[in-house]
Amino acid sequence: MSKHANLERRRQAIYGWLLLTPAAILLSTFAFYPSLATLFSSLFSRGTRRNPAEFVGGENYSDLFADPTFWLVVKNNLFYAGITIPVSIFIALAMALWANSKISARGFVRTAYFTPTVLPMIAAANLWLFFYTPGLGVLDQIGALFGLPSVNWLGQPETALWAIIIVTIWKEAGFFMIFYLAALQTIPADLKEAADIEGASRWTYTRRIVLPLLMPTTLFIMVNAMINSVKLIDHLFILTKGGPSDASKLILYYIWEMAFAFFDAPHAAAMTIMVLLVLGIVAAIQFFYIDKRTHYQ
Amino acid sequence: MTAPFVVLKDIAKRWNGQLGVEGVSLEIAEGSFVALLGPSGCGKSTTLRLLSGLEIPDEGQILIAGQDVTTSAASDRNLSMVFQSYALFPHLSVAENVMFGLKVRRVPKPERLEKLRRALEITGLLGYEARKPGELSGGQRQRVALARAIVAGKPVCLMDEPLSNLDAKLRNSVRKDIKKLQQDLGITVVYVTHDQTEAMSMADMVVLMKDGRIQQVGTPQQLYSEPANTFVAEFVGAPPMALIQGAALHGMSDDQTIGVRAEHVSLTSAGKGRLTCRVTDCEFLGSETFIGLAHDHATGLTLKAPGLVTIPAGDEIEITFDDANLHAFDKTGRRVAVH
Repeated sequence: MSKHANLERRRQAIYGWLLLTPAAILLSTFAFYPSLATLFSSLFSRGTRRNPAEFVGGENYSDLFADPTFWLVVKNNLFYAGITIPVSIFIALAMALWANSKISARGFVRTAYFTPTVLPMIAAANLWLFFYTPGLGVLDQIGALFGLPSVNWLGQPETALWAIIIVTIWKEAGFFMIFYLAALQTIPADLKEAADIEGASRWTYTRRIVLPLLMPTTLFIMVNAMINSVKLIDHLFILTKGGPSDASKLILYYIWEMAFAFFDAPHAAAMTIMVLLVLGIVAAIQFFYIDKRTHYQ
Repeated sequence: MTAPFVVLKDIAKRWNGQLGVEGVSLEIAEGSFVALLGPSGCGKSTTLRLLSGLEIPDEGQILIAGQDVTTSAASDRNLSMVFQSYALFPHLSVAENVMFGLKVRRVPKPERLEKLRRALEITGLLGYEARKPGELSGGQRQRVALARAIVAGKPVCLMDEPLSNLDAKLRNSVRKDIKKLQQDLGITVVYVTHDQTEAMSMADMVVLMKDGRIQQVGTPQQLYSEPANTFVAEFVGAPPMALIQGAALHGMSDDQTIGVRAEHVSLTSAGKGRLTCRVTDCEFLGSETFIGLAHDHATGLTLKAPGLVTIPAGDEIEITFDDANLHAFDKTGRRVAVH
């Protein structure tokens, strides 16, 4: 190969590396290094002044597997994800289909749906605290009109997790709706007309044409909803603090408690690693399996 | 002529006071090829959409096969449509796209497959069943849209500028294919286009529209040789008809506009011409040359000369034409007898 071509290739390579550098530095500092450090510390015992930390291998993990609270929290989180993900996606889709159709005050409807997303989670939780408060709360006030007894929604194990789930759905659905709305607007109007000429009903059109064309968006939203079902715990601090008797405790809240309330960093690290692992596997399934069956334009 | 198959009676459609179409009346014979022609915004697409049922007219009546379908849903009108953008479902394969309507109407599977095979055979798409529209060329996509339109065997097919997304060469061949398809299947085609070549070469009947109103209905030959008004005269033909103010010509009445086509204009020696013009440009097309001419009281004057002719721009030449080949229009632009 001639000299100038070689030089050009080297120049291109350097150029590529330079473009990569900022992202690489940021990711290494704030994502890769902390993950590895967490993995590392999860393999050591908790150090005190007398007993310095020592390598214990998988002991922190086996401790967790033996901890009934850990299993309860995992169960809670699975239930929480199992309800919030499909329900918020379904509501988002329904709202988007409605807000995309020819209705009056369309702008207002869209804005109204989006409002919960704009509110910080802490503010939203405070708002819902007011709804849920026994006696004073809006829910009880409405219930009282129909002669229903006062219910302490956040204070009893049977309803606490449900109360949390509803706040999450309320918060997320509007956000996801925006993605669906954007995707719906990329579907050309003449597809609907072509379907009309063929005699397809609105339902057939939605099922056979709209939903498949929204699949890439659905996939994106699903990944986001899944991450949120682990990540979004701000409202727990305001509403229940994981109680009563751990009924509404989610895994990230438990990690936080472990690390900053019980000061047990190694066990928190071990739990973090497991969460990362599970999230990684699920994301891989979503992207490699569902992605293949999705049509991208 | 057979009884009209598709009838539009005094159709009007307005949007917020803006004109869509006004007073459109049309009778289309069964099995004929009708082109709706006109510049953009003339209401030809609106007329097609009213016919298809995608829009409902404000006034008037639409009949298809003797049935009043003015307010019927698009699917109840027993017609198919080819869209300008083809409107293929991007996530479905060619076969699924073509069979979409049959599936919706619950046609049994063996019949569906047989119809699919025939439609693909006619459009030359056999072997492409499993492809997605995104994997096809523009011409192939266009044929999928055609296959989808003919698969159900509807008697009327509406086409909204189906060739406008194809390149010039392909357009020529697809034009012939569509015409042949229409004749073989014996279907009635209503074809919207802004390209007069398409309209003139394919249609049995051309409907020329402007500003939401029909200007002239007739065979391509009628539109060319007997334009109903100055708009038709200036729209149809390449180059279009030249219009000369009557006052500029000796022996013509002052309030008339005289039209003459390029092929009827001939060059003559100095002193013998009926009009003296200045050459603006020469356009060489191979077998002939169009010489653009300028005159203060005329528009679009062109002289058609055989072979290659070059006259320097700015030269003064004299032209003449036969009275028999002239067209005359009154002050309002309507065609009148020459006198």
